Parts: sequence; structure tokens; C-alpha cells
Amino acid sequence: MEKELRLMKGNEAVAEAAIRAGVDGYFGYPITPQTEIIEYLMEANPAGTTGMIVLQAESEVAAINMVYGGAGCGKKVMTSSSSPGISLKQEGISYIAGAELPCLIVNVVRGGPGLGTIQPAQSDYFQSTKGGGHGDYHLIVLAPASVQEMADFVDLSFELAFKYRNPVMMLSDGAIGQMMEKVYLKPHKERSKTSPDWATTGKPTTRERNIITSLDLDSNRQELFNIKLLAKYDEIREKEVRFEEFQCEDAEYLLVAYGTSARVCQKSVQLAREQGIKAGLLRPITLFPFPTKRINELAGKVKGMLSVEMSAGQMIEDVLLSVNGKVPVYHFGRMGGIVTTPEEVVESLKSKFIGG
Amino acid sequence: MTEEIIIAGFGGQGVLSMGKIMAYSGVIQDMEVSWMPSYGPEMRGGTANVIVIISSERISSPIIKHFDTAIILNQQSLDKFESSIKPGGILIYDTNGITRHPERKDITVYRVDATEEASKMNSPKIFNTIVLGGYLKVKPIIKLENVIKGLKKSLPERYHNLIPINEKALMRGKEIITEVQRAI
Repeated sequence: MEKELRLMKGNEAVAEAAIRAGVDGYFGYPITPQTEIIEYLMEANPAGTTGMIVLQAESEVAAINMVYGGAGCGKKVMTSSSSPGISLKQEGISYIAGAELPCLIVNVVRGGPGLGTIQPAQSDYFQSTKGGGHGDYHLIVLAPASVQEMADFVDLSFELAFKYRNPVMMLSDGAIGQMMEKVYLKPHKERSKTSPDWATTGKPTTRERNIITSLDLDSNRQELFNIKLLAKYDEIREKEVRFEEFQCEDAEYLLVAYGTSARVCQKSVQLAREQGIKAGLLRPITLFPFPTKRINELAGKVKGMLSVEMSAGQMIEDVLLSVNGKVPVYHFGRMGGIVTTPEEVVESLKSKFIGG
Repeated sequence: MTEEIIIAGFGGQGVLSMGKIMAYSGVIQDMEVSWMPSYGPEMRGGTANVIVIISSERISSPIIKHFDTAIILNQQSLDKFESSIKPGGILIYDTNGITRHPERKDITVYRVDATEEASKMNSPKIFNTIVLGGYLKVKPIIKLENVIKGLKKSLPERYHNLIPINEKALMRGKEIITEVQRAI
């Protein structure tokens, strides 16, 4: 079937893609700048067509626990929020990771800390990639850089979530959530009629009880479970790294940026090259797993790297670890809800590496 | 071809919808488009602006600092964005409520007195479509028929009875736009 072309906001694209991906349930609570997700779903009312449940919970905490419950039943379930709301969900996210359940959490990031601002930011990188909730766990983190990817990554997220029985976070931001672009929508997928064999769907006489829990009071068994999780994360690091490169072949300076910053940096690469500076861009698509190996390879070819983020510098820590001292790495980025401009990035590149 | 536009004015003037009509028209004409609004407190009465990019190539940054065209609908926006127009670029403004007129000499300036014209047509709400008509006269990057299709796409169906008056407004805008100054 042919893909359908629409002009949509990133938030709307997530909502429409969820319906089309055959998602069983969405549980959320409104917060700017992602409220269009729940608005769109409420208006589309997919319960009448695909049977997808859309529910406005009484709070973010309730919503993530509804996701926990739905995921435990083996259903394709998701929630979305923006930074302060995602902080509220962290307890539930840790439980879901501990119970090894698949789900999708969309974070349309706004500036922080605290209530911060409603404008775009990328200051939730640490929270998304280094835990956020308590305990030794990782989310798989996908960073869309276009409205198209906001749509495409819904399907991809569930594919990865079920493959690894692990929660997936789509880490977007206010700019991509609010902006409209062309998007090609995939045809409708039917909701799954079967459940995975681990799901708690009522015990038949033919099998043992399925238990979904994140609690084990036996330290030896808990440690074995932790080791099993680590092996899973290693497998994800091995198999699921995704990134995109722009003009890296002959680059002397490498920009590393994801999401909105990566879009800005594409233009910066073009502007820098017009001024005779050979810049390239590596855009991590997965933030966990991080493209460590590729960045390390490129560190052997370039004179320096600039991590461009709308934060005080968070991803730069992963870039530094990847580069492992081979070349200098600096950070550039605006905060407080201000989106970096392409010109500012070029200026920063020049002042840090070239002088003047 | 890439056209980078900022539209800025008061919230409620139809700034965002004008941008939306442009974006939809661009899609219909098989172009790449991006529509990046200022969102948040501005929507509730203050200033509102939207960056629209229409291009024959893939669009890199949807957020930019310099524009080919600025469509300015109040004094605050003129003060804020006059300096953001690329040299040789275009400024289109409605003189209603303007106390300090554009000062740059290296841009081409057009006025389109759409507020006045809309009230003459007894339809203040089509103000933004008159401005859009003026823009299309100066920068005919999108065919009129595609703009009308874009209008249909961006207006909810219950407002489709307003399409004829909007078509009229587009035509009127084309007629009344006047060059004030040519870039030197």
C-alpha cells in the first residue's frame, strides 16, 4: 500500500503513528509542549476503529503505572510527557525496566530544571541515558530529528521494546514536537491478537504462573538478575547503534549533535564549508546505545570535535569517553529554551579551534 | 530554490494560520516545507511569529536567524525583525499602527494596508489572506491554485464557506501591495 503524505506537527505525527502501529493503549497527562499528542488521540478516538484505548490519567504517576500494568499483560502501551512530567514518571520507569517490560515513553523536552520553561531544550540527556530512576538499568533511547522520524520511531520503538523486553524512550524536544513538516505515514497495522508467552493474561492449566515483578529479596538471585540485565544492555550496545553522518569523509572538525541541534548543525556544516572550514556532522540516532565506536574512529581522522546540545553540556561526556583523549572536545549550546542558531555554532567552532 | 520567511505580529492576527496556508500550499506544489511557530505565552495576546521555509531541497535547520522575506504586522515585530532580513531581501508590512517605519536601505520594502482593506471589505478576519495575496504578487513561488488548495487543507471543513471570500482577499492583496523602496 502506498504511504500517505501529510503536513503535521511532530506531536501529531507520534499520535497518528501510534494508531497506525497498532498500539493497544496510550495513557497520559497533558503538559506543554507535547499536549497535542493526547489531544490528537482523543479527537481521533481510535477505540472505535482499531480498539486502541486512550486515557487521560489523573497524574503522570498514574499514567506510567497504567503503562506498567498494560505492558505486564503483553500489550503495546505508551505514554508521553515533557520534562517535569517525565521526572514524575521515573519511579514507574525504573519498575518497568526492573520488570523487563516493553513500552514506549515519549519525552518532548522543555527547559529545566524544575518547571523551567515551556520552550525547547535537550537538558534531559543524563536523565534519559544514565538512569533517571533508581537502580542499574538503561532505557533504549531514540532521538528523532524530524517530524518524519517522530512518526517512524513509534514503530521502531515497539519493535526494539518487545525484542529486548525493555522500555524505550523517544527523546524529542519542543521544537520538533511543535514544528510542522511533511510526513509519509505507514499503512495501518492490525493490533496483535496474541500475547507474548511471558505476559500475565490469566493462568491456563498448561503452564506455570507468569510473574511480573521488580522485587527479589534474595540478594544472590537479584545479583544474577542484574548480571542478566547487563548482558542484555551489552547485546543492545552491540546490535542497535544507529547514527547518521553528513560530510564526514573529509571533515577536519566534527560536530556531534542529535535532534533539533543536529538539524541546526547540518546548516552549520554548510555555512562552515562556505567559509573554507571542513566541518562534518555525526548525528547519534540512538543515544543509548551511543555510537562510541564510530566516534572513536572519527577521532583518529579529525582535529577536534564540538558537541552541540541545547544544554549545559551532557552528551559531551559520552563524546569525551568515545574520543578517549585522542583530540580536543568542546561543548557549545544555548539553554533556557533558546535554540542555537547555525551561525552561532560556526562562530563557536571558529573561536574554539581556529582562533578569531 | 529556498525561501526563508518570518511572519510576525500580534497573537490572534492569523500569523500562524497564514504560515500554515503557505506550508500546505508548498506541500501541494511538491516542495519541502517547515513551519516552526513561536509557541507558549506569546499565543495568549502578545507577539506571535512563525518561520516558514519552502524549498526544492531537503530543509536542514528549521530555526534560522536571517530571512529572505519578513512579513511584519505590528511595530514590535518590525523593531525585532527588521535587522534579520538578508541584504537584498524583502520586507512586507501593514502600516496600520506603525509609528516608526522601516529604515534599512539595503532591502526592498512593500506596504500592504490589509487592516484598512479588510475593514472596507467588512471582513476583518481575512486581513491575513490579503497580506498573503500581497506576498504572492511579490514572490510568486507558489501557484495561486495551489494556495487555494492549501486554504482548503488548512481550514476546518466547517469554515469552507469562507473560501470564496478568502480567494477574493488573495486577489485584493495582489492589487493593493505597493513598492515603497527598492533595495540599493
